[in-house]
Amino acid sequence: MELFAATNVTKKYTDHLALNKVNVEVPEKSIYGLLGPNGAGKTTLIRIINQITAPDSGELFFNGQRLKSTDIQRIGYMPEERGLYKKMKVGEQVLYFGRLKGLSKKEAMKRIKNWFEKFEIQAWWDKKVEELSKGMQQKIQFIITVLHEPELLIFDEPFSGFDPINARLLKNEIISLRENGATIIFSTHNMSSVEELCDHITLIDNSEVIISGKVNSIKEQFKLDIYRIGFQGDAGKLQGILNDNYDVLDLTSSSSGHSARIKLHSQSTDNILLNLLLPHYHITSFTEEIPGMNDIFIDLVNNQKKAGN
Amino acid sequence: MKNNSSLIIGREFFSRIRKKSFIIMTILGPLLFAAVAIGPAWFASMEDREVRVIAVIDSSKLFINQIPETEYLKFEYLEGTTVRELRENFSDSPYYGVLYIAHIITSTPSAVQLMSDRQPSLNIRMHIANALEKELERQKLAAYDINNLDGILAAVKTSVNIRTIIWQDDGGQKESHSELAMIVGYAGGFLIYFFIFLFGAQVMRGVIEEKSSRVIEIIVSSVKPFQLMLGKIVGIGLVGLTQFLLWVILSFTLITAAQHIFFSDLGTPSSQNIVAEDFFSSSTLHHSQPIESESSQNFREIFTSIASINFGVMLLTFLFYFLGGYLLYASLFASIGSAADSETDTQQFMLPVTVPLILSIIVMMNAIMNPDGGIAFWFSIIPFTSPVIMMARIPFGVPFWELALSGGLLIVTFIFTTWLAGRIYRTGILMYGKKVNYRELWKWLTYKS
Repeated sequence: MELFAATNVTKKYTDHLALNKVNVEVPEKSIYGLLGPNGAGKTTLIRIINQITAPDSGELFFNGQRLKSTDIQRIGYMPEERGLYKKMKVGEQVLYFGRLKGLSKKEAMKRIKNWFEKFEIQAWWDKKVEELSKGMQQKIQFIITVLHEPELLIFDEPFSGFDPINARLLKNEIISLRENGATIIFSTHNMSSVEELCDHITLIDNSEVIISGKVNSIKEQFKLDIYRIGFQGDAGKLQGILNDNYDVLDLTSSSSGHSARIKLHSQSTDNILLNLLLPHYHITSFTEEIPGMNDIFIDLVNNQKKAGN
Repeated sequence: MKNNSSLIIGREFFSRIRKKSFIIMTILGPLLFAAVAIGPAWFASMEDREVRVIAVIDSSKLFINQIPETEYLKFEYLEGTTVRELRENFSDSPYYGVLYIAHIITSTPSAVQLMSDRQPSLNIRMHIANALEKELERQKLAAYDINNLDGILAAVKTSVNIRTIIWQDDGGQKESHSELAMIVGYAGGFLIYFFIFLFGAQVMRGVIEEKSSRVIEIIVSSVKPFQLMLGKIVGIGLVGLTQFLLWVILSFTLITAAQHIFFSDLGTPSSQNIVAEDFFSSSTLHHSQPIESESSQNFREIFTSIASINFGVMLLTFLFYFLGGYLLYASLFASIGSAADSETDTQQFMLPVTVPLILSIIVMMNAIMNPDGGIAFWFSIIPFTSPVIMMARIPFGVPFWELALSGGLLIVTFIFTTWLAGRIYRTGILMYGKKVNYRELWKWLTYKS
């Protein structure tokens, strides 16, 4: 079941098309990655979900029903460039935003105290935001985003500016939010965090959706049938053992043995390859090369550019 | 949503009220006003604390020991020395300057020279010139050999005060005091100008802050842009009102305290009764009580002229024109802020907003001189200048229909500018990194929502 869906969403600004018939389906309780190069239209889509701007055409659904203005209480948004009043004290500020999202003062205070304890930042309460470092400010921003316990959370580049320890802390929080039933959309260029966290992704480029789906199946779709094999024996014979269905891409040798990258053509499978090799070599490792999201991203965006030209 | 408006207003209000700068301004404001009012007189009295001795070489022999001395200005009449001799050792001499009076002074009054190694102050020159003139006059008069000259002179000495009386339509009349009205009018108009600029600019800066820090993206999802803009305008307006009321209270306390300290002997009830009686009998010339009553007459004049200004009306109209003018300009300032990414981007749009404000200060000078003239009338009706100009005219008395027209137009105009600003604001506030020009603004205005 989808928590959020956009169908055929188009948004035109005066001089360019920001989104062109975009479809997105965000499954409930998933972590959904919104990927794309700068200026692709990610932020426009996020703003449409947040009802900051309205699409020119297309429909938006929240929990199976049309997105209403009151749904905003059920959405939390953390923009890429942090939105905090610099001169305002931390505690007051979190309380202010919490109340704007519809929490009572008492309830907001209770939740703020819990979060401040969790992040061990009680001492910041009376500090002004401008006195905090960038990473500290992001923690505050994160608390503001999740304070009203929204069902849908949207993070725009959440890890930029975080040191590894705090990035880990944030990742864990995001995972535990999902475990508690929240659905998370996050927009990022950081592909390692996509692989670590996301179940689903959508890649947007040039205002259009290029690819969308489960991370595993996209990877499956983009794998190149290349296997990395470690073996011991006479490496010179390798070319002779394999027939035309295989290409040896690399061959490296060391004192402990040899390593080869072999590409399979469509007539072959990994089992046949293994059967061919086993009589001749002692096989020490055999792994399929799965393309990283990074490669897929760059590949797709470059192809898109070529197509455009 | 209604609850959110009060949250926004509350934040805008309290975050500013608690600022150090607000507290300092609140305390300094009345002191500053007092300083502006009292300062020049005080500085003047500070001057010339140094005792200056002027050597007088009087060739005419007419003025020996005749120039009156003051606490800080003394004269020494030298004989048997020349200007040249004095000049030789002038820096070692105890003299501030040398006054040389030629012997042909009666026929050529310019034959007087004041020499010094410094520029003698205007006060000293005036003092000497006055003394010499008086003495010459006295001596010339004495040459006519009139009996009882001093008595006659004292008897003919007269000072005339002109009271201006305004006849009113209902047959009554009221005394007007145009000097004080000018001062009060100027102060009121200027204060409005100052408040509009100060708090209008605060609105603009607040909007830019929310835009450039991206706070707007978080807020706008729970609050409508127009609601946010109005919340900011109202919140900051309340700050302005609070500041003004605190100033009124503080100034009043300060003045009352000052009266008790400096003029405690003047406030006895019996003397006040006399003042009132005298005033109604309108006998302004009192030869019989010369010097003694002069100061009390001055005070009486000040008291009655202050009483002639209706401070209740002044305060009410001030509050109205402050709010009206502020709302009109603050919304324009807000829309400018929304179109800019930083304060430096605002210049090109600031001009059309500040020009009418500055114009109103210029026109105000004319309006307090001629409060019923055509310029004063029209600029006090046109909403963009009316808050300042009308405020300057009010102490002189303004017919009710003019007030109603000007006030009504102001209300209509600020509703219009707020609506206009709201349309620019809702687009501009979410627009980043775009060079905005007037054509772009027009586009934003005409977008359908």
